[in-house]
Amino acid sequence: MAGPSMMETLFQRTLEDLIKGMRLQLIGESAFISKAVEEIRREIKSTDLHTKSIALQKLTYLNSLHDVDMSWAAFHAVECMSSSRFADKRIGYVAASQSFNESTPVLLLITNQLRKDLTSVNEHEASLALECLAKIGTVDLARDLTPEVFTLLSSSKVFVRKKSIGVTMRVFEKYPDAVRVCFKRLVENLESSDPQSLSATVGVFCELAAKDPLSYLPLAPEFYRILVDSKNNWVLIKVLKIFARLAPLEPRLAKKVTEPICEHMRRTGAKSLMFECVRTVVGSLSEYESAVKLAVVKIRELLLEDDPNLKYLGLHALSIVAPKHSWAVLENKEVVIKSLSDEDANIKLESLRLVMAMVSESNIIEISRVLVHYALKSDPEFCNEILGSILSTCSRNFYEIVMDFDWYVSLLGEMSRTPHCQKSEEIEFQLIDVGMRVRDARPELVRLARSLLIDPALLGNPFLHRILSAAAWVSGEYVEFSLNPFELAEALIQPRASLLPTSIRVVYLQSVFKILIFCVNSYLSQTETLADLEPEVPDSISQRENSEASDLASVRALFEREHDEAFNPGVLDRPSTDNSIEDIGNAADGDGQTSTFVSFRKNGFTRESIVNLVNLVEVAMRPLSVSLEVEMLERTCNILGLIEVLKRELPAVFQNEKVLEKEELEVLKLIKLMNDAFSEELGPVSTSAQERVPIPDGLVLKDNLADLDEVMGDVKLPSSSSFSLESPYNGQRMDPASCNVQSKEDSEASSESTSLLAEHRKRHGLYYLPSEGNGTISNDYPPANDLKSGDTNQDDTEDFVKLTAQSLVSKKKPNYAKPRPVVVKLDEGESVPVVLKKRDSRDDLLSGAVRDILLGDDAVKLSSSIKGKEKVNADPLDSKENMHDMENSSHRKSSSRRSKQRPHRKERGQTNPEKLGVEKEEHGGKVKSKSSHRHGRQKSRQKAEGSSDIIAETPVIPDFLL
Amino acid sequence: MIHFVLLISRQGKVRLTKWYSPYSQKERTKVIREISGLMLHRGPKLCNFVEWGGLKVVYKRYASLYFCMCIDPEDNELETLEVIHHFVEILDRYFGSVSEQLYFLNLAYYILDELVIAGEIQESSKKTVARLISAQDSLVEAAKEEASSISNIIAQATK
Repeated sequence: MAGPSMMETLFQRTLEDLIKGMRLQLIGESAFISKAVEEIRREIKSTDLHTKSIALQKLTYLNSLHDVDMSWAAFHAVECMSSSRFADKRIGYVAASQSFNESTPVLLLITNQLRKDLTSVNEHEASLALECLAKIGTVDLARDLTPEVFTLLSSSKVFVRKKSIGVTMRVFEKYPDAVRVCFKRLVENLESSDPQSLSATVGVFCELAAKDPLSYLPLAPEFYRILVDSKNNWVLIKVLKIFARLAPLEPRLAKKVTEPICEHMRRTGAKSLMFECVRTVVGSLSEYESAVKLAVVKIRELLLEDDPNLKYLGLHALSIVAPKHSWAVLENKEVVIKSLSDEDANIKLESLRLVMAMVSESNIIEISRVLVHYALKSDPEFCNEILGSILSTCSRNFYEIVMDFDWYVSLLGEMSRTPHCQKSEEIEFQLIDVGMRVRDARPELVRLARSLLIDPALLGNPFLHRILSAAAWVSGEYVEFSLNPFELAEALIQPRASLLPTSIRVVYLQSVFKILIFCVNSYLSQTETLADLEPEVPDSISQRENSEASDLASVRALFEREHDEAFNPGVLDRPSTDNSIEDIGNAADGDGQTSTFVSFRKNGFTRESIVNLVNLVEVAMRPLSVSLEVEMLERTCNILGLIEVLKRELPAVFQNEKVLEKEELEVLKLIKLMNDAFSEELGPVSTSAQERVPIPDGLVLKDNLADLDEVMGDVKLPSSSSFSLESPYNGQRMDPASCNVQSKEDSEASSESTSLLAEHRKRHGLYYLPSEGNGTISNDYPPANDLKSGDTNQDDTEDFVKLTAQSLVSKKKPNYAKPRPVVVKLDEGESVPVVLKKRDSRDDLLSGAVRDILLGDDAVKLSSSIKGKEKVNADPLDSKENMHDMENSSHRKSSSRRSKQRPHRKERGQTNPEKLGVEKEEHGGKVKSKSSHRHGRQKSRQKAEGSSDIIAETPVIPDFLL
Repeated sequence: MIHFVLLISRQGKVRLTKWYSPYSQKERTKVIREISGLMLHRGPKLCNFVEWGGLKVVYKRYASLYFCMCIDPEDNELETLEVIHHFVEILDRYFGSVSEQLYFLNLAYYILDELVIAGEIQESSKKTVARLISAQDSLVEAAKEEASSISNIIAQATK
């Protein structure tokens, strides 16, 4: 044993050797480390404490920088801690505070060691123990060592005292009962003449007040004194933080501190202190106009600095002011807008947040336009950041701030075309959501869907596929608003659609099906009624044919382009596609009048166009009928089946006969039925929709499943946070009958919900949409483009900064040409769960260990303060309440002491009954004004130190608790 | 409060870690990786604050070392920068200049302990910190001398 130990001691590598070796090693870092750890494992077993401590030190180093496990060395750390030599002890302590945690078994062994060192005459040893306790203090350690910490709190050695003050925070946190012992001394340190102790104490209170400001309100006068007297910026910053939390609780306090804070703001040269003053004012004292004005002046100074730190902080401060004082942002709008193109991502984000905070229904159009332009210019990450914030802002609370949905729909389109756009999921959701909720937006939606669908370039971008899926669904669902359904159908079956994933192609197919039914139905019903009129309008028809033909020609061109690019049409059979093109081409002699669809919707369905459409679809579908994907196969077969039925049962149409036979009316009925099924409106479905279904008699639902509620409780919540809607794809997949039922229910639901919209309607003076009779848009509906140009005829080339400036300034609500369309909201239930959830999570955040104990809730307070009068001795069983008494009484103590301190220094530890009563009332939390009243009185005492107060305080009772 | 202090070299090597909030070994590794990724990729003229997982990271580069402190969102960023600077000045005073000296990194722990306790700044006087550290040093030296005297080693070895 002696031999190796001596060798080790003589030739042990020190930490320095280790670090040097590490820098020069050639065998690779991990190999070097594992070799070193091996060596350490050997050395650490040495009986010589010095050797052991060096080994431990090396291990500590490796652990902190190279993630080497050192939990196995816990006992060795304890051994070193108990060394009588400071060097070893220090190494031991550092190792312990670095590696020990709540579950370290040897923690039980160190209590006595810590106690011994805390009471050591050597201040450095005491300080080591304190540092260690601050890091690893557990409940047990905190409890057992509270007396020692208490002693050190009044140590004559400042160096130790300030550390013990710091430690109390950890001790309180772990063992709240310690408050009863230490709180008084801690408060006394607020009056300490030593700046270090004061600074440490304020730091502790700053942390404590962050968790539970209310309990520390009685200490406000102490903090006020520090605020006025202290010259130390770091102390002042901490005190300001405390006041930022106390001021909202006590208006009189806020009034009192405003002036000194402004004084600091004006006078100080330190930016950190100045910024803290600004933050306090804008955050907690925002109702004091003059203070806020001064703060905004200072913010402006920050914004105009070159230092990016100050600029960032200035923007940050602005975003705190923005909700209450929007003028502050308006004054600085140029800087904010300019910051959007700052090189620093943090600054950009901050200014984006600020801009979004400024959004209102009157400026959303301008701001969005500016932002989308910025998105075009900026890097992909920030671009998506911008798009995301526009989307979330606009959709907030059921599109609350969107007045003009035509504009919003086109904005969605613009956003989807932004390069780098990765928000397709959100855009997809909103396109469908707007379609379902806002009837008036549907024509524009279909227009947008058309422009997205017919652009073959978009199909190649996988990020856009989700959006295209939404567009396809919209085009199928709301085809009745389409100016040219044929065009839509052609876009949906274009060869490049094979680039899409199956899940989206099936949406395409279903939409083709819907469009086909719609067109055939429209044609048949039109021939039925207009059969006689037809000869009278040959001109218009021929013109229409022309235009249509040219349209087809353009589609053909599209097809050809595809082929020219040698693009692989995938499952589409090339020869058959070519055939179809020939077919279409027959009719084409395009004279370019594509835009004259004036009355197309009414009677634009000519026989040829229908035949062409049917043929085209059939040709495109054929290759898909051998698809391996079940979904696609099934839908393709549906379409082909329909076409077959049409061809067999309607020879009149397909063989050039003009007269409709009687027996064909059956098919007519069939088509009509299918069309009706599809044109039943799909609406948003409330998360609580299930609850409205009446339970059939005799069905026992709740008995055995009652406890499911608990199980499902947390499952249900997240889904309700974002309102769930019937998946459009599910809806489509249903057979017509069940689809009917479904949509009946929907419309029922929405008609119920309309009553809840009453006030909304009243405010906006809106016409109300009946739940029946879909697809009829009012004739006075102004085209979207007119509105846009009339309202915001800004040239795109104009300076963006100017634009936003205008939009930010204009406070008056722009004159909309039409009232805001109805947005279907289902019921209160849709939004309530979200709110509830938020509240819950906030509670969770607040539930710090200290707060639980110190604050409790008001009821506990009341009862405990009553108990505090009756019960004198601490009962270990309800330590919580007792602790609370302690807390109360110490506050009582401190405040009474404070108010008396100058005239009656000797009366410490005593308080008067009257005061106690008031205190109790305050903590009862019933009458807020009472507490402020009391507070005001306290202050007046502080100022006047009137003799009457002193007299009133003379009948003192002994305070049992301190 | 300060949640942790990291010193990371420009090459991404960790030079010092000090944790004031409980982080498990795994979390520590993850945090270091994330933070160094965040800091090292930022250009020189950008602001010194980064939002990170609900907290704020304040960092500053001195020579080839990034000093970084993680604070609560409501804490004062500028004050933290001052604390970092304060720390660096103390190190400077003690070692002559802040560079990646070998011994520096180990002793920096003790200095940091004098400066910050339980995540709160303790000592605003550079002189005091220097005095305390040198007092501790002399204690250590005394112990070392005692330990390294040959007679002591022999006594140890033969007992």
